[in-house]
Amino acid sequence: MATQTVPHEAIDEPEHRPEAVVVRFAGDSGDGMQLTGGQFTLSTALAGNDLATFPDFPAEIRAPQGTLFGVSAFQINFGSRQIDTAGDAPDVLVAMNPAALKVNLQAVKPGGLVIADTGEFTKRNLEKAKYASNPLEDGSLARWDVLAFDISAQTIEAVKPFGLGNKDALRCKNMWTLGLALWMFGRPRKPIHDWLRAKFKGKPELAEANIAALDAGHAYGETAELSGPLHQYHLDPVPTAPGLYRTITGAEAVALGLIAGARLLRLPLFFGGYPITPASAILHHLARLKEFSVTTFQAEDEIAAICAAIGASYAGSLGVTSSSGPGIALKGEAMGLAIMTELPLVIVNSQRGGPSTGLPTKTEQSDLYQAVYGRNGDAPMPVIAARSPADVFECAIEACRIAVQYMTPVMLLTDGYIANAAEPWLVPDPEAFERMPAQFLTQKNAGDGLLPYKRDERGARPWIKPGTPGLMHRIGGIEKAVDTGHLDYSPGNHQAMTDARRDKIANIQVRDQQVEVGEKRGRLVVVGWGSTYGPIHQAVLRARRRGMDVSHIHVRHVWPLPANLGDLLRGFDKVLVPEMNTGQFKTVLRDQFLIDAQPLTKVSGQPFQIAELEAAIATYFDNIPGDAGGAEIAPNLSQLPSPVSGHDDGTTPRDLRLMHDRDN
Amino acid sequence: MTPITTLKDWETDQEVRWCPGCGDYAILKAVQRTLPQLGTDPANTVFVSGIGCSSRFPYYIESYGFHTIHGRAPAFATGIKLANPDLDIWLVTGDGDGLSIGGNHLMHVLRRNVNMQIMLFNNEIYGLTKGQYSPTSREGTRSPSTPLGSVDHPTKPCAFALGAGARFVARGFDVSKNLPDVLKAAHAHRGAAFVEIFQNCVVYNKDVFEDFAQPKGAEDRQLWLENGAPMLFANGTKGITLNHASLRLEVVDIIDGDWQAAEVIVHDVTNRAIAHMLVEMPFGPFPMALGVLYDDPLPTFEDMVIADRERAVAGKEPNLARLLASGQTWTVEEGPTGA
Repeated sequence: MATQTVPHEAIDEPEHRPEAVVVRFAGDSGDGMQLTGGQFTLSTALAGNDLATFPDFPAEIRAPQGTLFGVSAFQINFGSRQIDTAGDAPDVLVAMNPAALKVNLQAVKPGGLVIADTGEFTKRNLEKAKYASNPLEDGSLARWDVLAFDISAQTIEAVKPFGLGNKDALRCKNMWTLGLALWMFGRPRKPIHDWLRAKFKGKPELAEANIAALDAGHAYGETAELSGPLHQYHLDPVPTAPGLYRTITGAEAVALGLIAGARLLRLPLFFGGYPITPASAILHHLARLKEFSVTTFQAEDEIAAICAAIGASYAGSLGVTSSSGPGIALKGEAMGLAIMTELPLVIVNSQRGGPSTGLPTKTEQSDLYQAVYGRNGDAPMPVIAARSPADVFECAIEACRIAVQYMTPVMLLTDGYIANAAEPWLVPDPEAFERMPAQFLTQKNAGDGLLPYKRDERGARPWIKPGTPGLMHRIGGIEKAVDTGHLDYSPGNHQAMTDARRDKIANIQVRDQQVEVGEKRGRLVVVGWGSTYGPIHQAVLRARRRGMDVSHIHVRHVWPLPANLGDLLRGFDKVLVPEMNTGQFKTVLRDQFLIDAQPLTKVSGQPFQIAELEAAIATYFDNIPGDAGGAEIAPNLSQLPSPVSGHDDGTTPRDLRLMHDRDN
Repeated sequence: MTPITTLKDWETDQEVRWCPGCGDYAILKAVQRTLPQLGTDPANTVFVSGIGCSSRFPYYIESYGFHTIHGRAPAFATGIKLANPDLDIWLVTGDGDGLSIGGNHLMHVLRRNVNMQIMLFNNEIYGLTKGQYSPTSREGTRSPSTPLGSVDHPTKPCAFALGAGARFVARGFDVSKNLPDVLKAAHAHRGAAFVEIFQNCVVYNKDVFEDFAQPKGAEDRQLWLENGAPMLFANGTKGITLNHASLRLEVVDIIDGDWQAAEVIVHDVTNRAIAHMLVEMPFGPFPMALGVLYDDPLPTFEDMVIADRERAVAGKEPNLARLLASGQTWTVEEGPTGA
């Protein structure tokens, strides 16, 4: 057996009963790999396994067929225990052509299974993939189990009775592959049959051809079992809370959370956006949900998008804008105005690699300084960070609540990984959330007079909609006098107003920090925020199973920090802060609590791997002096997935057809 | 019901802080004189501005007011209008605010045709930042940032507006008695109504409009346009005609009041081609074209957005529970799940 580089994730468990398996489907962008992955995900969810997926799309809009940069892939990690990440390295790779093999092979675990379609390993395709010789024949795949056979021919044979042309017949290849995968993991075929019949409602011959291909792939597994490396795996279902589940991406969850938040506040939602990767998906999702009192506005630029949102908030809607790093930078001045005029606003930042244009399609957490500190003047603003696609929903509601109750802009941080990744989500009951109707001032609030900056017990000023009789007043970006809001440059007033703005934000009521895994005190705590949740959670669980005294704290409220966080962290001997940046949250923690927080950083555009974090944790317990603590994790050249945007861009197949028709 | 207002009702208790003699005072009075005549409600009126001398304007009008950030007022106003289309919005900007830092937003608010009145105070200088030349300053303008005189070509605000797709373009100047009429026409136009107001900066660019704005000889240098009336000036002794061969405007003398014989153009506010010529007409050889240059309404942005929403929501119920449970779903039953 080949040496495992990643412990505890071996697929070669006794009798093929692993705890978790990572499968990666890879092919040409025209091969339907996302569809295959999506249906396999559904069947996996139905089987009761927990799962996480990550789609890897080409960055190019229409990549040429068979090329390396045209490879589209879909990775799923599923298991009989809780799954938090899309998986470190695939156990199984399905490669539909040479390019797909070349791009994905190095990621596969040594000893893992590679399934390849020999029908596509033609001279021309090998050249396109820049292979000098056929890897299926030249022995270069010796480190892996290889199952190579002519899927193309098998598919054509299977669909022969339906009289399809060669091109249409080959389109059924992905279903043949899915059939084989369903057999490998003991999944029922019926839900896919039903789905295919619904999908090809008007074209029964296509439905039946695809079903025939699926069944043929399944049958191939049964007959090939005895003769090759192919075998079936059995994964027990994960004990899961009962209820209705769906898969959800971070971008969808932002849209749904904003709608839910606005409804709980009884406010119309106004969304001002400007196209930018990977944040555009939120605009796309909301644009088709107008029945929920949603107005979407595609502005002329990032600045106009936030300014229009502030204008809408001023007029009594819940203004929201969203962008990614460079766009957020452009919005900075307007955020200052929202802070000064004390108007509610939600700003969603789907972070990506920076600075400047940086890595538009790769994930990073390097906008934390920008979120917390990135404005002129003393400009405090709450910052909330979501940990996963499903978590985004609640975070968005929380952002809406704070924005309105405290009359302040709020930044919600997600990232490219969260925006695009999908995970199962226990569909919440919208009635279960506390209603918090927004209050507007409708009459004078100081006897006979109006004080637009008179503060309530939270420190918030009243929200006064233009159109309200008798409450005319003027607001703007120049320093306001206490209570009256008139222009006032006097020294005492600026001190008082700066203090009031600071205190209002500092005193926002946020839930006490909980410990995710472990104890309230001990030897080591790993403190994370945002999308590092999955790998940290798994790494800490594994380390604890190996007897290490390590706990996991994951912070949602980045600013203001939970009141109990300082005391909690002081209960540990060591504090390790893994981040996909050069140590930004570490700096905030050191500044706020004077603790010796140590950074563990990774800025290769790739999420942390569980193994990387586990190794870092182990340095605190290995009795080797001087090796514990912070480090930089080097780029891992074989690591997949490297998130590429384009999966959840909020467009539907209908949109794509429309765009195609328009362009041709 | 809309209350009946007087000029006093539109004055705030704030001390006006422009320089003594600034043209802004005259514009403020003209606006405060116009507003009661429009029958509008101060509670339903919003003045939105950017940054600069002109942008202090909202503080002095007793209505709702939002003094925003440099150049971005059109974007704020668009959001306000979309959130509440019933509000009557006046946008106040200047040549620096509206055509330099905010040129992009001005272009788009005009192109989208958001219903509001846009007053651009053009004093051809940066006043609040102490006298630098602006995008409308004439070539050779000496300023702290151009000690030997500016070298770049100025932009013409009305030509910019027309080019951006404005459906209403008018011109006036600070001390003109006709300014309220121009503002009333702007208010009567449904859509983005662009009004350039020449404004005298007495400190940094004194009297640059004096050659046509001074009362003495004004009739020779001002062409006040009126829909349906011939383009006459100099007490009816001169007119504007179109040379059909060169397709250029020309000044013609009128003999015995017979403007028809001189083929003087009758002003048609919906004639976009003539409007383009009027905004480009060089002062000197020609008089300064003032009044309503162009007025040809199209559906407004907010009306289109509302219609779009009505189309989008037709037959759809805002059922949040159903929305949350949409997409690929599955149910996990009570108790241990299957093997």
